Amino acid sequence: MLSWMAWTWPTALLFIGIFTAIGVLIIAEIRHPGGAARKGVLGLTTTRGDRLFISLLGTSYIFLAWLGLVGMPLWWPLGLSIAWGIFCFWKV
Amino acid sequence: MKTENQKAWFFVLPVLALVAFNALIPMMTVVNYSVQETFGDNVFFWQGLDWFQQILRSDRFHAALGRQFLFTFLILIIEVPLGIAIALSMPRKGFWVPVCLVLMALPMLIPWNVVGAMWNIFTLPDIGLLGYFLNHVLGINYDMTQDPVAAWVTIVTMDVWHWTSLVVLLSYAGLVSIPDAYYQAAKIDGATNWAVFRFIQLPKMKTVLTIAILLRFMDSFNIYTEPFVLTGGGPGNSTTLLSIDLVKIALGQFDLGPAAAMSLIYFAITLLVSWLFYTLMTKDDQN
Repeated sequence: MLSWMAWTWPTALLFIGIFTAIGVLIIAEIRHPGGAARKGVLGLTTTRGDRLFISLLGTSYIFLAWLGLVGMPLWWPLGLSIAWGIFCFWKV
Repeated sequence: MKTENQKAWFFVLPVLALVAFNALIPMMTVVNYSVQETFGDNVFFWQGLDWFQQILRSDRFHAALGRQFLFTFLILIIEVPLGIAIALSMPRKGFWVPVCLVLMALPMLIPWNVVGAMWNIFTLPDIGLLGYFLNHVLGINYDMTQDPVAAWVTIVTMDVWHWTSLVVLLSYAGLVSIPDAYYQAAKIDGATNWAVFRFIQLPKMKTVLTIAILLRFMDSFNIYTEPFVLTGGGPGNSTTLLSIDLVKIALGQFDLGPAAAMSLIYFAITLLVSWLFYTLMTKDDQN
């Protein structure tokens, strides 16, 4: 039934990761409502959801830029993306 | 005592289901396609990130992206000021209000493909009203089927004709919501027309203008039907915008993998620009 969607394990893991992150945010929101809004270093008022969005968007650009400008392997952009995600949840 | 409940989530569920079916599931499929190669029959071969690398380094993609940004930039820089100017000069009350509103709304009611066909016939050099007039009465050499500049002028004019109304109607809605007291106060202070516009009308229109510019950005960045019907991406590749190129790769060449990778890059660009724009326009309201 799902053969037309052409699932692969790497892409499935990507979506499992994103949905897990959203799930964690939902649990955090139920425990501590209000989204933990604060004004970060970029001068933006962000909630947890905003920070996840900025992390993921930044990650996609880090990988795309690396692929376009440098190429394989992708360990460096992976490290950069993790650092970017930590920075987003910590400071942005 | 509990001051909030979670009932609202149930009202969001239908939307969530709808979005899942028309956006999320197709989107996940595109992600799956973007890392594989297929020759049909639902048989797929793992390809890794090769397609992304290929698209990101292809001159063809860079050219289409450049044309896309140029098109969006041109129509925004024309439609937004023009839309505001028309909204400012429309009457606020009386008989002419509904007349103006209906006239303004008309172009938006016409389906995209019809707009493309209309402008195609309208601008053809030998039989079109405008094309014939320009070539045979004014003596201007204008042929959008041969000359890239004429093709560009035509698609930009067509989009301005089709969508300036959206900016007009939204700006107008913002304008009529300004209470008279503001204008009276400005008059007492002896404010100039420019000051009234800059400090009363523009701030009041800001929210609707944000929406108007966002909608125009996204629509024009994803535009397909009108230029496809009007010029088909030609002459040569001169009006091949991103979506036209994407459809060529996906359906013309049946390269689903590269097309999927390209549409994800395309999506990332739209998402980033929309987010940046929205964040910058609403930043002042937050603080």
